[in-house]
Amino acid sequence: MKSSNPTWFVIRRREFLAGTAMFLFGATRVRAATIAGQLPWTPNAGAPPSRAKLGPWEFFTGEEGRAMEALADCIIPPDAETPGGKDAGCAVFVDRQLAGPYGRREGLYVRPPFQAGTKSQGPQSEKGPAQHYREALAALDRGCKAKYGERPFADLPVADKDEVLRELEKGDFKLDGIDGQSFFEQVVKDVQMGFFADPIYGGNRDMVAWKMIGYPGARYNYLDWVSRHNERFPLPPVGITGSAQWTR
Amino acid sequence: MPRRLPKKDVVIIGFGWTGAIMANELTDEGLDVIAIERGPWRDAPTDFPPTYMQDELRYRVRHELFLRPDQLTFTFRNMMSQTALPIRSWGAFMPPNGVGGGGTHWNAEMWRFLPSDFVLRTHLTERYGASFLPADMTIQDWGITYDELEPHYDRFEYLCGTSGQAGNLKGKILEGGNPFEGPRSRPYPTPPQAQPFSHTLFGKAAQELGYKPFPQPSGNLSQAYTNPLGLRLGPCTYCGFCEWFGCSNYSKASPQTTLIPYLIRKANFTARDNSEVIRINLDRSGTRATGVTFVDTSGEEWEQQADLVILSAFALFNVQLLLHSGIGKPYDPVANTGVVGRNYTHQTISTVNGFFDNRKFNFNPFIGSGSIGMCIDEFNGDNFDHGPHGFVGGGYMGQVQTGGRPIESTLVPPGTPKWGADWKKAVKDNYLSTVKPGTGVHGSFYSYRDVYLDLDPTYTDRFGRPLMRITMDLKENEIKQNKFLTDKFAEIIKAMGAEKLAVQYRKGPYDITTYQTTHVNGGAVMGTDPNTSALNRYLQSWDVPNLFVLGATAFPQNPGYNPTLTVGALAYWAAAAIRGKYLKNPGRLVDA
Repeated sequence: MKSSNPTWFVIRRREFLAGTAMFLFGATRVRAATIAGQLPWTPNAGAPPSRAKLGPWEFFTGEEGRAMEALADCIIPPDAETPGGKDAGCAVFVDRQLAGPYGRREGLYVRPPFQAGTKSQGPQSEKGPAQHYREALAALDRGCKAKYGERPFADLPVADKDEVLRELEKGDFKLDGIDGQSFFEQVVKDVQMGFFADPIYGGNRDMVAWKMIGYPGARYNYLDWVSRHNERFPLPPVGITGSAQWTR
Repeated sequence: MPRRLPKKDVVIIGFGWTGAIMANELTDEGLDVIAIERGPWRDAPTDFPPTYMQDELRYRVRHELFLRPDQLTFTFRNMMSQTALPIRSWGAFMPPNGVGGGGTHWNAEMWRFLPSDFVLRTHLTERYGASFLPADMTIQDWGITYDELEPHYDRFEYLCGTSGQAGNLKGKILEGGNPFEGPRSRPYPTPPQAQPFSHTLFGKAAQELGYKPFPQPSGNLSQAYTNPLGLRLGPCTYCGFCEWFGCSNYSKASPQTTLIPYLIRKANFTARDNSEVIRINLDRSGTRATGVTFVDTSGEEWEQQADLVILSAFALFNVQLLLHSGIGKPYDPVANTGVVGRNYTHQTISTVNGFFDNRKFNFNPFIGSGSIGMCIDEFNGDNFDHGPHGFVGGGYMGQVQTGGRPIESTLVPPGTPKWGADWKKAVKDNYLSTVKPGTGVHGSFYSYRDVYLDLDPTYTDRFGRPLMRITMDLKENEIKQNKFLTDKFAEIIKAMGAEKLAVQYRKGPYDITTYQTTHVNGGAVMGTDPNTSALNRYLQSWDVPNLFVLGATAFPQNPGYNPTLTVGALAYWAAAAIRGKYLKNPGRLVDA
């Protein structure tokens, strides 16, 4: 969503102040209404999701995108049967998430003051995920260049990349100004989320992750199978937008 | 100045389960009723159709159907000595928003509480002596008995078409049901749901260990059902998208499937959506509510006057609105005075995941419903002798396969790396052969003097009002209870044939980032003494008799069951008191 459309922006802003419901996934406008006599009907009230667009990065710079794809392939390495995180689209997933409402922390409570608290009180950072990724990926490349002779993370041999990640995980690889350990935790979570989310969001391309584990996807009826115990469900996965097999 | 709307007989704040129940009851009485709902209208065909509802990222991870913290949140701290900080993104519980409330995206477990749960302090004191209870534990009796509530339990079960197997029919213990339940006047309206493989294994293992397993009572229906209002529900298809999701299939009992299509056709009922009540207005005496003020989506303020005010928002918001409206004396844990904010509780939850040999076991974890499952109740409430164990309370436990949604359900055995080739292989090897109990151990959470709600001194909402502050920690009693129950549960999962277990005890401090059910209760509890309860036994405010407060807000402490059936039954109980007593002679139903 771009804020260059003034009408949209004004409406959205007003709803942000006074509105009582927002859809993070669509731009459906919500207005207070009186309902009597019959159930209301608002076409597409639930805002069907849009498919992540193919094409250039929407949030990452080229350098960041390369780093992200390299991270995705370390976290989910390719093997003979299943592509790795990069080819499964996990970096694209993270990019589209950071470019969207999640990256902007839309709908979250972001009023000051921002104070550090205990772990049990939850994240209190003033920065959103988008800004956090931007700073942390830059710090990761700076750290790698310093340690491995001017090479950014994406250009390291696989063994060195894995070493960097193992040390990040342990807290031994320091990123200046950034908590590297919690950043790495976040990257692992986001990449794996993209791997298993519906392909409509850019990751799990061709439902590779669902095929790998045997998850049948966005199906809606297992009445025939609930009582068939210890038998493997025979059908391939389907996504929200359907299945490639349907067109064959 | 707010714009004033024509006066109504009744204004209902919040249009979820209890608001819809009360609206239906009071319109039957001929009263002119308006329900004002903060969130949007939501229903299956428009908002969660089966073409795109099965979306784990959108609904589970990004919380699509829930309230936005930006609109309203709370601050949280573990102890009174700490500074509370805002809950910036939901974690421990998920506040609902919109028509249907939590009834839209719940799992639909339909548990009755035990008879002894309603007289908890009396019962425990008689059995173990007063000194057995921790000194700072503030549990108390409800002011109502199981027998008084039974007809209303029955009514809500039949409204919802509940699928289950009776264990105690009018005092007769029946094979295959929960032998510990209180006597019920009728069997469940529909038979239990079908059980996937892992559930039958759990039932067999539990039986071999000497327990009496039974199917969990479910508001996701085993077969088609027409409820007493003539509304029809379809059989559950075991899609595995219940909790966090709306049901596309008219199979899950919700206000939308069991009440609203009937209610909306009544000429004396109106609803307003996307309108947030910000205050209950009082007259000069402060003892009579004159109506409410609400704000619509354009920021405009409206005043809706009414003779009777029903506060039926989600539990925490009920307490918050009482505090913001100056109704009832705010609780002060130091002086131990006041009632609004007192006895706030949650649920003590843990689980044990079992990893099985994938050459022998295939559980098809994606085949599920929110409230299928095989459970045991031997360790709930006071169903066992607590004497040797040094704690009170308990919970049910069971294998409840709610769905195999892969972002959350791709578990790996303990000791597996969290990323890389070994992780990837472990995910592939274990997805179909892991038992991941959705409910696991579902334990009680009793009330304490320094676990409470009040207004935050620093943080404000979008209207500039103070946020409500949650002060909550896990106490030694609950930690001991959880250890004992989780160990018992682990024995059963092991007996099912698991090769590896991941035993996840609930430990302190209470963590606001980790989901622990949305059963947050109390804060304006019911009781017999205005010094220790905000509401009398009919859920009527002691201070403002033309105000009734519905929901789990009234629970003096939280038993080891899911709250909704009791929440619904209490709404019917309060409605019966209004219809049978209050309307004939509006005023206090109980002398203070």
